[in-house]
Amino acid sequence: MIETHDVYYTYPNGFEALKGVSLAIETGEFVAIMGENGAGKTTLIKHFNGLMKPTRGSVVVDGRDTKKVTVATLSRDVGLVFQNPDHQLFSETVEDEIAFGLRNFGFDDKTIERRVDWALNLLNISQYRTTSPFILSGGERKRVALSSVLSWDPKIVVLDEPTIGQDYLQKERLRQFIMQLNTQGKTVVIVTHDVEFVADCKPRVVLMSKGRLLADGSSEKILTDDKLLEEASIIPPQVAQLFWQLKFNNAGREIIDVYEAAEILAREIRERMN
Amino acid sequence: MKSLDGLRFRKRKTPIHRLDPRVKFLLICAIFALSIIFVDLMSITIIFLALVPLVLLAQVQGEWLRSLRASALLAAFIFVLNLIFVSDLYYALAMAFRFLVIVSSFSIFFLTTSPDDLGLALEQSHFPYEFSFAFTTAIRFVPELAKEAQIIVDAQRSRGLELEGGNILKRIRNYIPILIPLIVSAIRRSMELAEAMESRCFGAVKMRTSLHALKIRSMDYLVILMIVLVLAGSIYIRFYIHLL
Ligand SMILES: Nc1ncnc2c1ncn2[C@@H]1O[C@H](COP(=O)(O)OP(=O)(O)OP(=O)(O)O)[C@@H](O)[C@H]1O
Ligand SMILES: [Mg+2]
Repeated sequence: MIETHDVYYTYPNGFEALKGVSLAIETGEFVAIMGENGAGKTTLIKHFNGLMKPTRGSVVVDGRDTKKVTVATLSRDVGLVFQNPDHQLFSETVEDEIAFGLRNFGFDDKTIERRVDWALNLLNISQYRTTSPFILSGGERKRVALSSVLSWDPKIVVLDEPTIGQDYLQKERLRQFIMQLNTQGKTVVIVTHDVEFVADCKPRVVLMSKGRLLADGSSEKILTDDKLLEEASIIPPQVAQLFWQLKFNNAGREIIDVYEAAEILAREIRERMN
Repeated sequence: MKSLDGLRFRKRKTPIHRLDPRVKFLLICAIFALSIIFVDLMSITIIFLALVPLVLLAQVQGEWLRSLRASALLAAFIFVLNLIFVSDLYYALAMAFRFLVIVSSFSIFFLTTSPDDLGLALEQSHFPYEFSFAFTTAIRFVPELAKEAQIIVDAQRSRGLELEGGNILKRIRNYIPILIPLIVSAIRRSMELAEAMESRCFGAVKMRTSLHALKIRSMDYLVILMIVLVLAGSIYIRFYIHLL
């Protein structure tokens, strides 16, 4: 469980990026943090494994104040995957890259080998096992970065912009994979601008703007609230837009799911035809 | 990585900022020369103390202190090495101080000279434009690089890398996961920059004109005069009177 208590964070240059963020993420929850560029999303998630310590307020992860434990200790439980894979890839081969974290956490060779196999399979990159990560495509590098963190099986997985540069197929795989992690009882936090992806996954949505929490609730509720979305510079999901255009939403319906939408439309058409 | 902040230019209106960059460079070279000419603790301390009013005048004391703090470890290293190999406490102290003087003078120079002025100064000193462009670009990239280094450190620490602790060999090895992504990204970025410049016709026109031109003013002449006098005086004291 991650709790932030009235967290303020000021960068060394004096810029206040977080202004009183209080948030509780329960164990096993699936949360999407959304908000405009510069809202403070990355700054916030860097507090989850202690990389950043709040200037004011506190962050507590599974009962431990992040100010009192090392980043390495916290990272064992909170796996943070950064936005840009190029900020972490350095090994000669993909398999070494994945083994890096495992070595740091002191797993034995046998376990490392097993975990590397597992992580390679997990994200469909087994064929690149002995390839240099630097010659892979952007989307592939992103998956290497992801598997290099998932390899040590952290209890909480935090992903910064996981869908960037992924084609439709990979995105769908990623979605299934995240859902699977979540059903296995892992806490999953994603930071994303990808509204359709969120509409497909339907996590709890935390909306941020200018260093503050703007709203917090189910994706159905948040992603159909046009005022909120505009404030956070988010385009509503296409299904919600379609229903607004059709003036369907006046019944208080909060629909973002394509299948649900199709059902309602089909029913409506059937009724009108009769 | 915050140590690089000790070199980043801040726009301010002080007499030091207004000095012609060429004259300022001369000033830094003079300080540099002075700290090399003298080897005794007393003189180097005086040179060091003489920098303080400069720093205060330029209003960069915060950044200066930060760059001092950042170089403290290296200064301590120099001190210990000299102490071991020369086994003269005063000499070792002087050497450490000399290092701090050199760091300070560079720090003052870069903190008070805008990259644009620097480029102009190079151009007006008849360096080829490609050269001055590369130079100013390099300086401009420093803060970007520092920011990026911080992100890389964060990313690797999130993967369990511990930078502190361990023996020297392990400490150096710890920096490999930081340096490789940093270098790769710097190279990638410079390739991109080159492409972007070429698509905007860099170098198509040979004759360039500048909107602003640097002019040496009376204040600058005064500083040049002072530099010459102090340097001449110091050389005289050090080599002819053998006072020290
Ligand atoms: N190292 C830094 N020093 C100073 N200010 C910073 C630094 N890093 C980020 N900021 C500022 O803090 C604010 C929040 O940044 P953050 O990276 O958390 O935004 P974000 O919500 O992740 O945005 P994006 O969607 O673009 O990734 C921004 O205004 C940014 O300019
Ligand atoms: Mg971000």
